[in-house]
Amino acid sequence: MLELSHVSFEVDDEGQGREIIRDVSFTVPDRRFVVVTGPNGGGKSTLARLIAGIRKPTSGQIFFNGEDITEKSITERARMGISFAFQQPVRFKGIRVVDLLRIAAGKETNLSLTDACEYLSAVGLCARDYIEREINASLSGGELKRIEIATVLARGSVLSVFDEPEAGIDLWSFQNLIEVFESMRKNIRDSSIMIISHQERILNIADEVIVIADGKVERQGPKEEILPGLVGTASAVPSCNAAEEAVK
Amino acid sequence: MIQLDEIQKRLLREVADLHDVPIGAYNIRANGTSAGRQSTENIEITPKTDVSGLDIRVKPGTKRESVHIPVVMSESGLKELVYNDFYIGEDSDVVIVAGCGIDNCGPKDSEHDGIHRFFVGKNAKIRYVEKHYGSGTGSGKRVLNPVTEVYLEEGASAEMEMVQIRGVDDTDRITKAELRAGAKLNVRERLMTHEEQRAVSTYDVVINGEDASADVVSRSVARDDSYQRFDAKITGNAPCHGHTECDSIIMDRGRILAVPGLEANNVDAELFHEAAIGKIAGDQLIKLMTLGLTEAEAEEQIINGFLK
Repeated sequence: MLELSHVSFEVDDEGQGREIIRDVSFTVPDRRFVVVTGPNGGGKSTLARLIAGIRKPTSGQIFFNGEDITEKSITERARMGISFAFQQPVRFKGIRVVDLLRIAAGKETNLSLTDACEYLSAVGLCARDYIEREINASLSGGELKRIEIATVLARGSVLSVFDEPEAGIDLWSFQNLIEVFESMRKNIRDSSIMIISHQERILNIADEVIVIADGKVERQGPKEEILPGLVGTASAVPSCNAAEEAVK
Repeated sequence: MIQLDEIQKRLLREVADLHDVPIGAYNIRANGTSAGRQSTENIEITPKTDVSGLDIRVKPGTKRESVHIPVVMSESGLKELVYNDFYIGEDSDVVIVAGCGIDNCGPKDSEHDGIHRFFVGKNAKIRYVEKHYGSGTGSGKRVLNPVTEVYLEEGASAEMEMVQIRGVDDTDRITKAELRAGAKLNVRERLMTHEEQRAVSTYDVVINGEDASADVVSRSVARDDSYQRFDAKITGNAPCHGHTECDSIIMDRGRILAVPGLEANNVDAELFHEAAIGKIAGDQLIKLMTLGLTEAEAEEQIINGFLK
């Protein structure tokens, strides 16, 4: 279980402190699929980065399975079982898909080629075509995004955080992504998933929805309660707008 | 074959991936003398009589054969200048593995300057692999100054892989090439310098024939206080295609100077240059750290991939 307790985050804006996250508290319980939504610029991605340890809160605490992880590094949090999928996946010259999956699975696992291929198949990529490819500029946004998700699957995380998985991908890849997340929801077992998204179809998979606006929790609760009030707003964009969103 | 000591055997593994006597033609040079030589039916290796070095002649039409000519030096203070000439017969297709490993545990500088000339016949193909490696804890420097000249006849091609990853204190590398019609030159250089090391690599490629092409790509990493200079010039004297690329990572207080040089003397010469120098991207480190690596481990993975 992940718990945020009175977390605030401030950045320096030309000598003035500007609060991006203001006194945010919520929990992501075990075996739950939580979607964090809200308007652009509301602080959602910052929140995800605070959880992964890429940013440190100005005040407040973050607990993971009861342990205070506020001061823990990215690496320590990763080793505790928190994984993070970037909104804009990183490219690496010379590092192949199989290399990244092996790093993700960890040295001890010694991931076999067959297992690596299975993670790629799970995200809808023909493994044979991708396993030896370099993670460089030759891959499209949609391909990178799926590889990014495959690395999270390969980690076998306790908590997986996805930052806007739908951003920058085409409609075709988007349909595929939904299937990947639906399958992750079905096989959630002893882990939990937190996705930053404002796509209605991803919100539909959620157990719980948290609405972040202006750096604060505006609403939170079961999907059945929250989603009806969001449909048609910027917090729950129908999937037919996904392509337009991607263009933006 | 003369017995090699353990250090020499280790150097041989580093520069030529050799654990034993290679298959095919070879000459192993250890501390300034030949420690073993073998010619084959199609590849003849003979020592030069006027200067130190070898003549390597590959018969026309020789296919799928290899030549190994590694050099190992384990004696401090040794300095040598070696001339090796390769005559590659028409229509042949061979692999040439060179490379030099220096172990210097003494106070004196050790230096190997190899001058390699390749005369590649019509429609012949070579793949050339050269690795440089230094080790040893002595205060004497390990110095390598290779000069490589490649003359490609019509339709000939050369694929060259030059690697220097560790332990060489000072390098001045000069590579010259001349291409006739339809010839192809493909160079991949990988370089990493540490501490106070200095490496200069200069290319002077002249394309004289129609439809010939040259592609010179360098990937390098400069760490600690090391310095590198990559100076690549391509001259197009005919309708041709030329491309040079320098892609570098700098770390610590490392410094790199990339000097592009393109000269087009024909209106149909297409020449390109790309150069990028920068530190490791912060996002790359963060991504690998979210996969459980420490910052140092992440750095190592990124560099290993980059130089692969």
